Amino acid sequence: MELSPDETQAAESRRAASEGVKDVWPSLLGVVPFGLITGAAGTGAGLSVLQTVTSSVLLFAGASQLAAYQLMGAGSPLLVIVLTVAVVNLRYVMYSASLAQYLVGWKPWWKVMGAYILVDQLYALSLHRFREPHLSRPLPRWVYYITGSLLTWLVWQVAVLVGAWLGAKVPPSWSLDFAIPLSFMAMVFAAIRDRPTALAALAGGVVAMFAATLPYNLGLIVASLAGIGVGMGLERRQHG
Amino acid sequence: MGELAIWITIFLSGLVTFYLRYSFIGFSHRVQTPIWFRQALRFVPAAVLSALVCKALVFYGGHYQLSLTNERLLAGLVAAGVAYRTKNVLWTTVVGMLVLWGLQAVLHG
Repeated sequence: MELSPDETQAAESRRAASEGVKDVWPSLLGVVPFGLITGAAGTGAGLSVLQTVTSSVLLFAGASQLAAYQLMGAGSPLLVIVLTVAVVNLRYVMYSASLAQYLVGWKPWWKVMGAYILVDQLYALSLHRFREPHLSRPLPRWVYYITGSLLTWLVWQVAVLVGAWLGAKVPPSWSLDFAIPLSFMAMVFAAIRDRPTALAALAGGVVAMFAATLPYNLGLIVASLAGIGVGMGLERRQHG
Repeated sequence: MGELAIWITIFLSGLVTFYLRYSFIGFSHRVQTPIWFRQALRFVPAAVLSALVCKALVFYGGHYQLSLTNERLLAGLVAAGVAYRTKNVLWTTVVGMLVLWGLQAVLHG
């Protein structure tokens, strides 16, 4: 028996939803502790639970949230914080560019939702899955993408809320704000893949230490640019 | 930072982040990102996160803390070892915090 186009689409969408759940749940095991740490670091840096959760809903990007909390705790000016968040989140421009070609035929509000909720895991999963035939049309693609990302979003926000609430009960003498640089450490070593990235990390770190007294916490921006510059320079030299 | 400034910072950061994500999805699916941008992007996590970490280890509370009783630096060095071996955020954070609390108890307790 032949299925009508509508029935095919409905069947593909049901399959897409269950695949979205199945693909994303292993990564949720990592989302929970990272969300708890992020929430606790927010209140640990001096933000209220409401401010921590609001920032988490608006940004939905863990590393940049942590960077913002650290800078707010250190009393950095608004512009430096927003600029740092932008630099930490620059990779989303890249995701956006490479995902856009697969979203042809999406309704405008699907694109707005999809962009807001774009994270590393769903970007990687979608890029891999959208080549499969049953995920070649707009609706099943949308269903797959939004099921996986909504699940990630929900788990993340609940974890941040619980972490922020627990963090607010802990006295400042516990130094919970120190969880922020600690959580970045593992990310630094994960980001070091070869000599150029290692030297980018080294240059960024050393310049940040020496530039710590620059006004408005600008040392951070200077150090980041220095690290990126050293990495790019070294790579150019290696490849001619 | 005043309350109002914190709220404005949060909203602006959210707006910027959305704009970065929406950039190509919303405005164009034909334009490619330039090569220099992709090359630079490869170094962003290593450079920025390392800068945030290193500064936080030696400079906090408004001054340099360059003594052997700087428990954040000592705990950070232990945590860096864990980070290097495991590359795991949870383990690095847990070990680093436990070492910090241990040192605080010994040095100031």
